[in-house]
Amino acid sequence: MAEEVKLFRTWSSPFALRAVWALKIKGIDYETIFEDLSNKSPSLLQYNPVYKKVPVLVHKGKPIAESLVILEYIDETWKQAPLLPEDPHERATARFWAKFGEDKVLTSIWSVFIKQGKEQEEAMVPALENLKFLEEELKGKKFFGGETIGFVDLALGWLGNLISILEEIVGLKVVDGEKFPLLSAWMQDFADAPIIKDNWPPRDRMIVKFQALRDATIAAAAAAATSK
Amino acid sequence: MAEEVKLFGTWASPFSRRIEVALKLKGVQFEYIEENLSNKSPALLKYNPVHKKIPVLVHNGKPVAESLVILEYIDETWKHNPILPTDPYEKAMARFWAKYMDDKLWPAATKVVVSKGEEQKAVIEEIQEQLKTLESELKEKKFFGGESLGFVDIAANIIVFLLVAQEALGLMEILTEEKFPVLHEWYQRLVDDAVFKECVPPRERHLGFFKARFGSSTASK
Repeated sequence: MAEEVKLFRTWSSPFALRAVWALKIKGIDYETIFEDLSNKSPSLLQYNPVYKKVPVLVHKGKPIAESLVILEYIDETWKQAPLLPEDPHERATARFWAKFGEDKVLTSIWSVFIKQGKEQEEAMVPALENLKFLEEELKGKKFFGGETIGFVDLALGWLGNLISILEEIVGLKVVDGEKFPLLSAWMQDFADAPIIKDNWPPRDRMIVKFQALRDATIAAAAAAATSK
Repeated sequence: MAEEVKLFGTWASPFSRRIEVALKLKGVQFEYIEENLSNKSPALLKYNPVHKKIPVLVHNGKPVAESLVILEYIDETWKHNPILPTDPYEKAMARFWAKYMDDKLWPAATKVVVSKGEEQKAVIEEIQEQLKTLESELKEKKFFGGESLGFVDIAANIIVFLLVAQEALGLMEILTEEKFPVLHEWYQRLVDDAVFKECVPPRERHLGFFKARFGSSTASK
């Protein structure tokens, strides 16, 4: 009997991609519902009333929100091609790095992206420090998961695509191949891996979207500053 | 082989106290090391070089950091008196709501103690919206974990800290029985729980802590 699996996502959300990758890696059939976040569907609002965001996974009518929570649910429900290791300490380490990616890497890189001039220079400092920790963590490994892609790779996978897009928009090199040889190699290996490489959103559309997002954020910050 | 379990924490941190609850619920013997965050020990810096924060659990020499990650580690290592459900969907819900405590309640709680006047009132309203959300999630359950304390209840210890701060700073009552009949009862059960109540900061000292740190200019009755 086919299980009913639905994924609410947007064409561009890197968080939703995590769920896409996990489902495809495990060979699970699912239905995709693309959302327009400026006009959210009643279903999305019903399935994620707390945050009203994507991604939401709905399995047999039961919704799960928050992408890392979704990843763990997928891993525990479909046991083929495991994403997390079995050993509790290794699992804890994987969860730690996934959280680090979310709390620190993402926010610090975003900070660089939405700023200009001196503020942007200052924002680079913590961003590079955080990337250095990832570089260290990759020592002796091809992927964060070891020989194969795992939980942490999926959690950090957005770096494999979004970084070069953001770098192009702001004209700044953040992940320099010389400073971050292992991370750069990982980004390439991840981006080109089977399944992963077939699911990136169209680059030109991403550039337009994130350029607009940057412009809007900078404009809003300027307006807020002058109205104080 | 003897197990060696150490917990690096601070007496006033809800994140640190969460770990104490979990270890005590499972009857795990551990050594507690109180850190002075303005003078961090070499051991802490060695065990958590990335964040340099507490809590850190060290089990047979191997460190685990980030309180919710530590809670899951504890549950997977000492399997009796489980704090997470076994069903994957129930587990996902527990993780979602524990995350809600850290992503929503905690930032609002840290804002409320440093804001004043109208801004503070707005933050309190925001917190009450969050409590309303929690109230509807709790429904008729005794605890978020069901019959007994679980992952989400432990993560919800932030509420204890919030209400002690409220009292210390003379703020309006946040978790009123009127507005939150269900959550108010749950809260009483939580703080009366035999294990949980051993793991809250000593009341007078905690009140004094908030008064000293955030007191004098924040009263908004």
